[in-house]
Amino acid sequence: MNAIETGKALTGNRLSDGEVVFLTRSGAWSVSIDEAVIALEPQSEAALERRGEQAVAHNVVTEAYLIGVERSQGRVRALHIRERIRATGPSVRLDLGKQSQGTGGGFAPQS
Amino acid sequence: MYRYDEFDHRFVSERVAQFRDQAARRLSGELTEDEFKPLRLMNGLYLQLHAYMLRVAIPYGTLSGKQMRKLADVADKYDRGYGHFTTRQNIQYNWIKLEETADLLQELSEVEMHAIQTSGNCIRNVTTDHWAGAAADELADPRPVAELLRQWSTLHPEFSFLPRKFKIAVTGAPNDRAAVKVHDIGLRMHQNDAGERGWEVIVGGGLGRTPLIGYTVREFLPETQLLSYLEAIMRVYNLHGRRDNKYKARIKILVHELGEENFRAEVEAEFARQKELDVEVESRELERISNYFAEPAFETLPRLSTGYEAARAGDPAFAQWVRSNIAAHRKDGYAIVNISLKPEGGIPGDATSEQMRTVADLAERFSVEEIRVSHHQNLVLPHVKLDDLHEVWKVLAANGLASANIGKAGDIIACPGLDYCTLATARSIPIAQTISRRFADLNRQHEIGPLRINISGCINACGHHHVAHIGILGLEKKGVEYYQITLGGSSATDASIGTILGPGFSGDKVPDAIETIVNTYLNLRQGGDDSFLDVVRRLGHQPFKEALYAPA
Repeated sequence: MNAIETGKALTGNRLSDGEVVFLTRSGAWSVSIDEAVIALEPQSEAALERRGEQAVAHNVVTEAYLIGVERSQGRVRALHIRERIRATGPSVRLDLGKQSQGTGGGFAPQS
Repeated sequence: MYRYDEFDHRFVSERVAQFRDQAARRLSGELTEDEFKPLRLMNGLYLQLHAYMLRVAIPYGTLSGKQMRKLADVADKYDRGYGHFTTRQNIQYNWIKLEETADLLQELSEVEMHAIQTSGNCIRNVTTDHWAGAAADELADPRPVAELLRQWSTLHPEFSFLPRKFKIAVTGAPNDRAAVKVHDIGLRMHQNDAGERGWEVIVGGGLGRTPLIGYTVREFLPETQLLSYLEAIMRVYNLHGRRDNKYKARIKILVHELGEENFRAEVEAEFARQKELDVEVESRELERISNYFAEPAFETLPRLSTGYEAARAGDPAFAQWVRSNIAAHRKDGYAIVNISLKPEGGIPGDATSEQMRTVADLAERFSVEEIRVSHHQNLVLPHVKLDDLHEVWKVLAANGLASANIGKAGDIIACPGLDYCTLATARSIPIAQTISRRFADLNRQHEIGPLRINISGCINACGHHHVAHIGILGLEKKGVEYYQITLGGSSATDASIGTILGPGFSGDKVPDAIETIVNTYLNLRQGGDDSFLDVVRRLGHQPFKEALYAPA
């Protein structure tokens, strides 16, 4: 099975340290985009957005917004380069950020 | 050097305590993000792509060895072992945690540093010539006036909620190294026939979305009227500047919309009222500030140093570095050392904590404890004896700090771009890195001569691309980065705004395009003194366009 699913993930920056996080299926926030829950249809997008508003109200993240992603073989790739850089780390410092900690997902910003 | 007085100490300490309380209230949920954001920005704390970013003020780009060492310690303790020197002569840390920021600010305050006036719609940190107090061509050190402006503007209640941010640059030299014509206010010192000093006041310059060269609202303002006059300008701006549209809120738009003569008339009318209010600082206070910038106890030295001359003759790499990185000092036997933070393939403006400590050591041993940050994102040791230059160079070289490329193709200005910045539309740093690798041959860089390549990752132009000889602006179309090239800009005394050469390029095509432009110049120039900018100004864009966009 090698189907590519395209949908929306919910992301934000954690209040305490600014770390990029993604909402997971369990409702927790993960530092890895691979663990993001993906909304495949508008109704579930709206549900994610409501979760985002709650997380902002509870001061977990400073702001939450949907990003376009695709999932293939369990790995998640952000569609826009800005979000790929957020999900991995600076493309000019591979020794820093998520990419250096094994939480950068499977896709480099350039991919 | 300027030392914070008792008042400043108390004020900065109080500010840290306030911020500690504000951050705690935010973390506990007592404050919402909307409530907290303006408070953190007033303390230089931004939220970027990967983490919080703290922008620390380095007033007029002057640092002591002790302060630089503290910046290194902060990089190790609160960040990832490095910092980024900016085009505003400040330093930014990229991996800051909100929960640790108050402790960080507390540590900075121990060496009289802070992050005030590095964000928000206030008068920002005043910038100046990075060779101030040392340059051979200088009329007088501009830093006492820069410091006066700092004291006047810090927490000035009337100017804390301006329509938009406000940047002032000051130079005391006829050769402008502070880019005074592209600031909201630029001040340039002149001397009249009677030997009196006065200030040319330039208003309404700026980069960003609407790049404009400032115009001279006063040719020669006596120094004793400086604060009254600036206060008059600020009042006119505060009253008439647009608040309805962020993109039209800078003073340059007001000057443009009112027209130069109407703007001047408004300012002069307000100035007449200001004079009655007598806001001017007493001359003894200006003298007090000036004493902090008293000339160091320079030794009386011969103009030439035999040891230095012998080292130059015997060490070609040192000689090459001297040619590009050393500038003339006002005192015989001394030199200004420019330390390039642009190694081949490096990140422009980045320095590791170890490099910061190396520079701090060198400043303490060889440069009367002084360091400067340039708006070209380099560092300066302003007062080094010719006798010590070879030793300084050896230490720099051993620490990756001796790139002999100041003012050359490899000395590229680049903003952090999309690798770090939330505003960016494209990456800047990788473009700078590939260009710097392409021009890695230092002999070739020296052969090409003065060349300023600046890169911005968005229209806000932190990378000063408009005033580059070759400017590169990173944009985005449907999620793909592409780059526009401009030619013919300058931030020097002959300031000009570069203009777009033609259709943009994808990132991987930019180095080839730059190389084609440089080769075209080399073919067109009439001898080595015919600089890139001279050729562009003389011949226009056409020959470069033809070379760049010719059908293959």
